[in-house]
Amino acid sequence: MRAALWAIGVLVLLFLVLPILVVVPLSFSAGSFLTYPLPGLSLRWYAAFFASDFWLPALWNSLLVGSASAALATLFGVPAAFGLWRADFPGRRIMMAVILAPMVVPAIVVAVALLLAFGPRGLANTFGGLVAAHAMLGVPFVVVTVLAALSRFDAVLLRAAAACGAGPWRAFFRVCLPRIAPGVAAGAVFAFATSLDETVVVLFLAGPGQRTLPRQMFAGLNDEISLTVMAAATLMAALSVLLLGAVALLQRPAR
Amino acid sequence: MDAPLLRFERVSKSYPAAKGTRNPAALAELDLDVARGELLTLLGPSGSGKTTTLMLLAGFEQPDTGRILLEGRDIARLPPHRRGIGVVFQSYALFPHMTVAENVAFPLEARGVPKAERAERVKRALEMVRLPQYGDRRPAQLSGGQQQRVALARAMVFEPPIVLLDEPLGALDKALREEMQLEIRALHQRLGLTMMYVTHDQSEALTLSDRIAVLSGGRLRQIASPRQVYDDPADGFVAAFVGENNRIPAELLELRDGVARLRLADGAEMSARSADALPGGPCVLMVRPERVSLVAADAPGALPATLAEALFQGDHIRLRLMLRSGAEIVAKQPPGAAVPTPGSSVGVAWAAAHARAFRDEAAAR
Repeated sequence: MRAALWAIGVLVLLFLVLPILVVVPLSFSAGSFLTYPLPGLSLRWYAAFFASDFWLPALWNSLLVGSASAALATLFGVPAAFGLWRADFPGRRIMMAVILAPMVVPAIVVAVALLLAFGPRGLANTFGGLVAAHAMLGVPFVVVTVLAALSRFDAVLLRAAAACGAGPWRAFFRVCLPRIAPGVAAGAVFAFATSLDETVVVLFLAGPGQRTLPRQMFAGLNDEISLTVMAAATLMAALSVLLLGAVALLQRPAR
Repeated sequence: MDAPLLRFERVSKSYPAAKGTRNPAALAELDLDVARGELLTLLGPSGSGKTTTLMLLAGFEQPDTGRILLEGRDIARLPPHRRGIGVVFQSYALFPHMTVAENVAFPLEARGVPKAERAERVKRALEMVRLPQYGDRRPAQLSGGQQQRVALARAMVFEPPIVLLDEPLGALDKALREEMQLEIRALHQRLGLTMMYVTHDQSEALTLSDRIAVLSGGRLRQIASPRQVYDDPADGFVAAFVGENNRIPAELLELRDGVARLRLADGAEMSARSADALPGGPCVLMVRPERVSLVAADAPGALPATLAEALFQGDHIRLRLMLRSGAEIVAKQPPGAAVPTPGSSVGVAWAAAHARAFRDEAAAR
């Protein structure tokens, strides 16, 4: 019985991981086709990736849009989480649902809605528009992780800060924020990762100047089956693993 | 005459109740004065209004009506950080990410005290609570008693007009609690600090206080010195809550010049000083166990009783006695006293000056 459960577990894990793992050796292939066995090992696709003016600007764009939207999502998400945690007001649950909506609403719906909203206002095909859209998608992740951090924060400390003469701002920045900083950072990383692998909104909103890595991979697969796509995919997977590791490190229980 | 440092003027507070019900007031028309340099204890069971009083003073709650005057200024609507009152919390509420010195410096930082002066005052405050060498530690590296002292240092480092202490010793074990009681009392006397101390522990209140305010059901029952609260309780609640007391149901026959003539259920008549007993109503006779003496069963004025049990308690012997009326009373005897065997008939007696007649609130309700 136990062995059977283990077997099923391992099979499920393989199902989840294998498709990604299959990509990794291909990116090191010396040949030019999406086939196993590999004709030999080389770094030629990575060299091609880093020499390409198709891929490299996309990588920078991804990192830039990711950082900017993560910063924006954090700027909005942390106060939102703090407010939701502090006060019990009428409509709190509805507000929570609205904030979390981008997590559950289908991406294509969000993308179409954003295009309709941004287009007439000249925000489509702009860096700012894309950052704003990705920030909106990132806010729920920030709110959820910061709320989790706040649930471990002792609210009496805010009273103690007030009794020490600290106004609400000082109390927040000197007493609350240092305690929830790992949660805030984890939320920012989640927001960054969300932006990094977001494809649908980018397809609708990004102009030629804002092409991100997933957008180029999509295009690359359609145009030419070059194994550079596999190098790009491997790089993205590696980046995601790094980010996940960072989150795990941040959310480790404190000393 | 000096105006009081702190004055509560007809302060009332009630909390919103569940739908369709009405909560009794958490605090009803409280009038209370605290003199400069005084250590006043708010004593009462949970739900008595003592914590509400403290929260209103600290600014974490707002009164429905009434004024709270600190040094003549109404602070009832000020936010907590503008009140300049020191607070020691039950859970200490030290900032875990700051060192001890940073914790103590925080109120000075919030007030914009220059860095050099801050260090000097932090050092003095830590010396005051006998932790001068602990400035670089984190709160988690300190014992409960040490954390409590840091909380004290943080609450008084900015020299507030009054320091509030919310059951600060609740989390400590008995020996440490008694040590800290003496330490707080010593600090209070040495620095002339005005303190308001909340506790549900009557022996702590007796040890520490200049005056005790006994609260129950959101009302102030009595405010007086520990001795007066113990020896001359204002009503039956105070008599039962502070210290141990025997309750003997009785009937009030006559009340003259503060002396009540009572008849017990077995027909015996005796007098007692009346606090608030009213003729005609049910009343109780209360007498402290240490005031009950054991006499011969046929001694004049003695109440006949049967000894039910004698328990050796170390510093005294505790006797459980059944009166003929069916009431049970407790008497304390010194440890060396000769104690009759359980089951034997004895007499109990006390001086009329040590007995009090109260309205029986439980029966009157």
